[in-house]
Amino acid sequence: MTDAKNKGAALLNNPFAFALLSIVVGVLVGAIILVVAGYNPFRAYGEILAGIFSGPRNIATAIVRSTPIVLTGLSVTFAFRTGLFNIGAEGQFLIGGLTAALLGFSVSLPPILHIPFVMIAAAMAGAAWGGLAGYLKARFGVHEVIATIMLNWIAFYLNNFIVSLPSVQRPESEASYKILDSARIDILGAWKMSDVGLAWRRENAGSFFAELLRAEINWGIVVSVLVVVLIWFILNKTTLGYELRAVGFNRDAAEYGGINVNRSMVISMAIAGAIAALSGGLQVMGRTQEITKLAVMEGNGFDGIAVALIGNTTAYGNIFAGLLFGGLVHGGGRLQARMGAPSEIIDIVIGTIIFFIAIPNLIRVIIKARERAKAKKEVTDVA
Amino acid sequence: MTDSVPRIEMRNITKTFGPTVANDTISLSVRPQEIHALLGENGAGKTTLMNVLYGLYPADSGEVLLDGAPVSIREPADAIANGIGMVHQHFKLVEPFSIAQNIVLGSEITGPFGILKEREASEAVGELSHRYGLDVDPDALIQDVSVGTQQRVEILKALYRNADVLILDEPTAVLTPQEIEELIAIMRGLVEQGKTIIIITHKLREIKAVSDRCTIIRRGRVIDTVEVGSTSQQELASMMVGREVNLTVEKEPAQPQEVTLRISDLHVNNSRELPAVRGLSLDVRAGEILGIAEVDGNGQSQLVEALVGVRHVESGTIEMKGSAITNLTPKQIFDRRISSIPEDRQRRGLVLEYTVAENMVLGTHDDEPFARRGILQQEVIGEHAGELIEKFDVRPPEPSYLAGSLSGGNQQKVIIAREVSHDPEILIASQPTRGLDVGAIEYVHRSLVDQRDRGKAVLLVSLDLDEVMNVSDRIAVIFEGRIVGVFASGEVDEHQLGLLMAGGSLD
Ligand SMILES: Nc1ncnc2c1ncn2[C@@H]1O[C@H](COP(=O)(O)OP(=O)(O)O)[C@@H](O)[C@H]1O
Ligand SMILES: [Mg+2]
Repeated sequence: MTDAKNKGAALLNNPFAFALLSIVVGVLVGAIILVVAGYNPFRAYGEILAGIFSGPRNIATAIVRSTPIVLTGLSVTFAFRTGLFNIGAEGQFLIGGLTAALLGFSVSLPPILHIPFVMIAAAMAGAAWGGLAGYLKARFGVHEVIATIMLNWIAFYLNNFIVSLPSVQRPESEASYKILDSARIDILGAWKMSDVGLAWRRENAGSFFAELLRAEINWGIVVSVLVVVLIWFILNKTTLGYELRAVGFNRDAAEYGGINVNRSMVISMAIAGAIAALSGGLQVMGRTQEITKLAVMEGNGFDGIAVALIGNTTAYGNIFAGLLFGGLVHGGGRLQARMGAPSEIIDIVIGTIIFFIAIPNLIRVIIKARERAKAKKEVTDVA
Repeated sequence: MTDSVPRIEMRNITKTFGPTVANDTISLSVRPQEIHALLGENGAGKTTLMNVLYGLYPADSGEVLLDGAPVSIREPADAIANGIGMVHQHFKLVEPFSIAQNIVLGSEITGPFGILKEREASEAVGELSHRYGLDVDPDALIQDVSVGTQQRVEILKALYRNADVLILDEPTAVLTPQEIEELIAIMRGLVEQGKTIIIITHKLREIKAVSDRCTIIRRGRVIDTVEVGSTSQQELASMMVGREVNLTVEKEPAQPQEVTLRISDLHVNNSRELPAVRGLSLDVRAGEILGIAEVDGNGQSQLVEALVGVRHVESGTIEMKGSAITNLTPKQIFDRRISSIPEDRQRRGLVLEYTVAENMVLGTHDDEPFARRGILQQEVIGEHAGELIEKFDVRPPEPSYLAGSLSGGNQQKVIIAREVSHDPEILIASQPTRGLDVGAIEYVHRSLVDQRDRGKAVLLVSLDLDEVMNVSDRIAVIFEGRIVGVFASGEVDEHQLGLLMAGGSLD
């Protein structure tokens, strides 16, 4: 019995083996669901894989799908590393998109200035939005989970309200004006829809580049990876990261060590908000060029929670987890087209796979937090 | 009596936890009606051995005999059925329940339909407490009674289940000197009435005071079982630690200089916003160790928290070398070279998930040379840790180990190394040796005296009276948030201090 336990512990401690096992289990359970629903699982998984990997267009689209959730995952991860649960990436994402859209069409600057200006402004707006939750916690003790959920809804309605303003809403649409070309970061986006571009694509139809251009390729993923590296650096190499993590691990010791705990919480949430909002900004700049009135939350922020868990709440983990998640979602679309499987089944199968990867990490996270709490309690018991 | 069959015999017990061998072929023999002490440093394996006997852990190998007959104890119910009772280090009581309810819990007296017979329970407990001289009020709620009383409840719980052999795991760790004396009397009374007692402790004086024989365990192995009457404390300590240890703190007379820390009419509230420190005044001089003696809960924690800036001062002043530091932030206080060894080392002293090296710069992580333009200088931090580890003999000597993986004594060394390396003018040490064993205690005390000899002020706060009396040059007694007396060390004895701590007076 102790032996089995030890092996279990060893597995828990080897994140790579553990992730692999979780994926296998998730895929198997997903297969069972497919069989029950009357689809051949081999063919279904084959279609999903083909949906991701067949040709430059699919690969590129999978990456494009992944881009926003890499960063929302990073946002959740960052907060978590500093001891906070950021359920607010959804709202912060919206605030970022809103800011990017407004400044994208209303301000005119040369691209070299306009692009960084819009990115930074989106991040700053998100920092304020997230920082507000941190401030509510530091000043009034409002739990950040509650505060960020409320702020999600406020962001949601703010988005819809602003889109409907006459100076923002594009006539005869449910969307805002499109951002200016100077703020766009899609690759050859304007060119490929121009007469010259369209002609070239027709001539070279089927070629690698023509295929690639069929995807909504943009610089977002490059920016996202750079931000992941930056955040990793901040967390692990700077005094700021040292302080924020110390507060996350042990508030009391951090306070005794002269660290301003309240300030740290505000900064943590502000940075988490900035990351998620940048994600929203990149989405507008790279893909949508506008924001629309929303009927429901889109889920980019909530998916970020799953991505963060799949990535075992490490900065780099979000890149792989985001790609996996985005890839499955994109590949799943082909399942619907080719096998006529309803989208619900696809969502269930994808959800199952994600569940089996994310939940063990979640459980591990909970166990660790509990152990910490217990250790603390025993110490206080002696006193 | 010597050649009678042992009441309890454990033969070649081995118990491992993964790679840790907690008990390595341990044999233990306890005579009927004996008080048998288990002595050993923290982590020696005492609790594990008793948990095996009580059926909480299965042994990997070895056997247990009661009165010469082999028995199989697989779970605590078996132990209880065999008349073995255990009082754990951490009490397992239900706070909002009455004493009687706690005692009968699990074997309640019930009438028809399982209705609790509260009156009978209360009477039975009253009778039991009377028979064994364990004074308690059966109807009082656990949350309202002292730790000493809670411990009696635990003992009564075992007796109520007809325990004949009682295991007490570090029972004195939480008690005041008076309560310890009462406990010793209770133990004697129980033995007279036919009970057998195994007591775990690492306090030598108590072993001498109460036990007949003592088994010394070091790193999971039995070193020896000795007659306590013919073995000195020094010998016991050496066997326990495995080397010669100094039990008394060796120090020259203090050379006190000017007042470094002046506390005047200080008022501080506790977390429930009730007054905890109530008009406390105190001076601490450079070159002396001032010890504060108190019973837990008389304001000492809040005093220290106010001194280091983590608790708000309601009124009064704290001055360091003539300038006020009242209600400054922890960082500002720290920067004026006031360092502290916090009461709760795991909660306040260390970030257990950080490495030893990272912990050693907590507080100075922002300063050159550990950080440049906001970037941590890992190499410098590592070298700094290496030096301190060597100087303060932290084991294992690995800067990259997580602080949480170190033993309590070594965790404390990390904290002391860090705080002393700031070269503080005032060092505040709260319960600096709580839970540590003799070897580590000797080390901590040495560090405090060194600090003093370098002309710095040391404020020592401890619930351990021996420690206060041994280490301090002057002793201040706190009762209900005020200083009720300041004495030169040697001027008062333990009994007088105990009286003052309990709110009495010396005349
Ligand atoms: N449940 C457990 N799991 C893993 N290791 C344990 C457990 N209980 C005790 N140990 C280890 O066994 C050793 C002996 O511990 P313990 O019996 O508690 O010592 P003592 O009571 O003498 O201080 C220590 O190294 C401790 O870390
Ligand atoms: Mg123990």
